[in-house]
Amino acid sequence: MDKTYHISSYCQIKNSRISLDGKLLFSSSIQEFQPFIKSAAQHLNTKYPKFYKMDNLSKLAFLAADILLKNAELDSNTEHNIAIVLSNKASSLDTDRTYQASISDTENFFPSPSVFVYTLPNICIGEISIKHQLHSENCFFIFDSFNADHLWINAQSLLKQQKAEKVLCGWVDFDDKNYEAFLYLVEENGIIAHNPNEIKRLFKTWQT
Amino acid sequence: MADLRQELKEKIIEQLNLEEFTVADIADDDALFGDGLGLDSIDALELIVMLDKDYGIQLTDPKEGKEIFKSIAILADYITDNRAK
Repeated sequence: MDKTYHISSYCQIKNSRISLDGKLLFSSSIQEFQPFIKSAAQHLNTKYPKFYKMDNLSKLAFLAADILLKNAELDSNTEHNIAIVLSNKASSLDTDRTYQASISDTENFFPSPSVFVYTLPNICIGEISIKHQLHSENCFFIFDSFNADHLWINAQSLLKQQKAEKVLCGWVDFDDKNYEAFLYLVEENGIIAHNPNEIKRLFKTWQT
Repeated sequence: MADLRQELKEKIIEQLNLEEFTVADIADDDALFGDGLGLDSIDALELIVMLDKDYGIQLTDPKEGKEIFKSIAILADYITDNRAK
């Protein structure tokens, strides 16, 4: 009989609010992303100096992933095979614009290496992997809108083929002043069935 | 010289996003890389850009950077001797 998989937990970050499994974890009156995410990281005790060097997309993905992986209470002495499958619409456009601005003036041409390194969306996966010591399968997809079916197929495939014991999936998008993260952890144990309808249902819970 | 050291500490904290440090936390002889401020290779590139942008110093030999970026005191001495801005 085929194994069944479940969504063991999910985290959402949007509109200056952070939730874990549908329960509010942190909220702030700060509307601007950077001070909000800094305040959230401090409140959630994210003691990781490299966090402050990340671009906006990586901060968003990193914090959501960190909340989920800390909540999973993984044994720090064991290597965990947690694959990462993320997606968004804007790719790394926010940082691409910042970098473009730094090289557009030929009279003042000083491209920043620390901005340039974030001009790919999958760098945020690298940041999560470094912190949590994940040497696992990963991929980042760009879609016009949230694609639950595609995420589901990828996670199922990784788990069924035993390429991973858990899969961290979701949507993490940052463009201009708009940001949104919806990350969830798929594994054997859990209450919520892992299927496209449930993924869509959870994603929509904070779409207002 | 003291002013330049202070200026470098402020710039490094701001440009390298060292949120957990203040100027008072950085001693003139603290190691910038390794066990000191814990800067990484991207930070080293950022410091090379800073030297060019703010002081008109272009480093062409990467080995040179290894010596210059040992501490704030050494970096300030190098800038004083070589600055074009």
